[in-house]
Amino acid sequence: MSRPAGTASAPAPGRSRRRSRGWIATVPLLAFVAIVFGAPLVVLLGGTFVRQGQITGENLAESLQGAYLTALIGSVKLSATVAGLGTVIGTFLAQAIVASRLREAVLTASGVLANFGGVPLAFAWIATLGNSGVVTRVLGLGEHGWSLYNFWGLTLVYLYFSVPLMVLVITPALDGLRPQWREAALNNGASAWQFWRYVGVPVLTPSLLGGVVLLFGSAFAAYATAAAMVGTTVPLVTLQIANALTGNVLIGHENVALALSLDMIVVAGLVMAVYLPLQRRSARWLR
Amino acid sequence: MTAPTTGAAGDVTTGAAAGARVEFRGLYRRFGDTVALDGLDLTVEPGELLALLGPSGCGKTTALRCVAGFEHPDEGAVLVDGRDITGVPANRRDAGMVFQSYSLFPNLNARDNVAFGLRVRKVAAAKRHARAQELLELVGLPSVGERYPHQLSGGQQQRVALARALALEPRVLLLDEPLSALDAKVRVTLREEIRRLQLSLGITTIFVTHDQEEALSIADRVAVLRAGRLEQVTDPATLYDRPATPFVAEFVGTMNHIPGTASGDRVTVLGRALPVDGPAVHGNVDVLVRPEAVILTPASDGTATVVASSFRGSTARLRVELADGSELLADVPGHDSVRLAPGVRVSVTLVDRPVLVSEPRVSAGA
Repeated sequence: MSRPAGTASAPAPGRSRRRSRGWIATVPLLAFVAIVFGAPLVVLLGGTFVRQGQITGENLAESLQGAYLTALIGSVKLSATVAGLGTVIGTFLAQAIVASRLREAVLTASGVLANFGGVPLAFAWIATLGNSGVVTRVLGLGEHGWSLYNFWGLTLVYLYFSVPLMVLVITPALDGLRPQWREAALNNGASAWQFWRYVGVPVLTPSLLGGVVLLFGSAFAAYATAAAMVGTTVPLVTLQIANALTGNVLIGHENVALALSLDMIVVAGLVMAVYLPLQRRSARWLR
Repeated sequence: MTAPTTGAAGDVTTGAAAGARVEFRGLYRRFGDTVALDGLDLTVEPGELLALLGPSGCGKTTALRCVAGFEHPDEGAVLVDGRDITGVPANRRDAGMVFQSYSLFPNLNARDNVAFGLRVRKVAAAKRHARAQELLELVGLPSVGERYPHQLSGGQQQRVALARALALEPRVLLLDEPLSALDAKVRVTLREEIRRLQLSLGITTIFVTHDQEEALSIADRVAVLRAGRLEQVTDPATLYDRPATPFVAEFVGTMNHIPGTASGDRVTVLGRALPVDGPAVHGNVDVLVRPEAVILTPASDGTATVVASSFRGSTARLRVELADGSELLADVPGHDSVRLAPGVRVSVTLVDRPVLVSEPRVSAGA
């Protein structure tokens, strides 16, 4: 049965009402976001530009100098290293188990280990590979200059939860690689390397980029593990924020912690500014 | 569609690609407890389109994948033009393949999908793009080169996959149920185009399908497989009219099972003695009769009754109940469906020609 002309594009009244009700359903979530993320952000922004009751940019300027700048750079370097290594190792591990009998066991373990952090993680590593750790003693690693309490030691510990996180993130993407694509590539004369170069990796790139950002953010925000393990040996911005908040450095400089937090938000924003165009470019075939 | 006369990939031209002879020699392949191929012997002649037909799990796709190099037989060999290619890696075989569906690389547009094989062979970009465009024109899609797979319909995707399979000018084309995911109308159109293309290129083609109509309509010969074994290989008309085994008779087309009594080389069925097509038999049998070989005549004293009628345009398929309560199917000219409406009593006879017989089934009928 044909419909009178002109009525096809007119929205039905019922549908219009349903759409407005849909927006109402998001109000609790928006309120939650406003309270949990918005309010702290407002306080953070306000505090960053206030020192001893006066509006000033000194907190921000101080947060970008000396030990604070070193800590900020240290955090970025550590996070980038963990994200890079975690992505590569996690992807290879996921590819190794994706079609194996170990798949379920590894994915279950990854689910646990990806959430294993903080002081318990630090203690586990100290007891294992710290200066008096079991493995350090048994293998005599101390005699060879081994130390867990430096940049690479912290990187190793962060990888302990980052690699499982990457396995969890990338496994569904690997599942999405259809066997027909590999066979079609072979049928067209491609080697396994050429398949990954021209098809496999490009198809995975949006997920890989997402994983890099997730691992970077996870390492960038980590505090308790580093605090328990290295104290101030490895300069990290999260440790500096804790010191500033607790007045460990200079009394009256608490708001520098807020400025450092703002610096972290800016770094995260810069990472997203690099990530989003790359992600859009790598996923243009999806649009 | 017109075949290009020059190719950008090298010295071979699309139109000049000659088909190769493909031989399956005693192929045996087992997956766990399942025997997929049980001593398959089959030869595909150069330039021939052979359909591998059979039910799911009969081994037809395994046989095809043995030619492509994705499966390796436990025993036996695959020969192309007399050369044993059983141990040749899949990426060094001279065979293009079109998969069932979703085989286009999603990150490459149609042109780059078609040019993929040329790219891995390091053909210059300008040459391979020109070649890809030629092939897209060959399959009737001259203007979709920039589109990504998800922007193409299922039929267009399979055409692009066909162009990609032809890009390296293989001498053997392998089609693994390429039409099964398409809607009925596109399926018919595309199969006709595949056939036209195959004839114009002269490429040896193996077409795997479980759709008997598809196999009969485009193949030079049809090979029917059952449990990894070859039941019959012959041209479509012979396969339909003279099925070699009851399985083929049952699988290809519709077949009535009518109870009869055999005595040597003749069988009595529906009151008429007909010659048996096959070795002499004795006793109760089922006579296998196509619906078009059943003749219905309206008769007030007839012993059968039309119980249902399905009009199909040029023909109508009638369901007829016999005096003993069993049923059979009969095809009659479409215009006869009015005088042979449900409820009309009819007399039933069969066309006088040799018939296949089989062991009696528990319940007779179509």
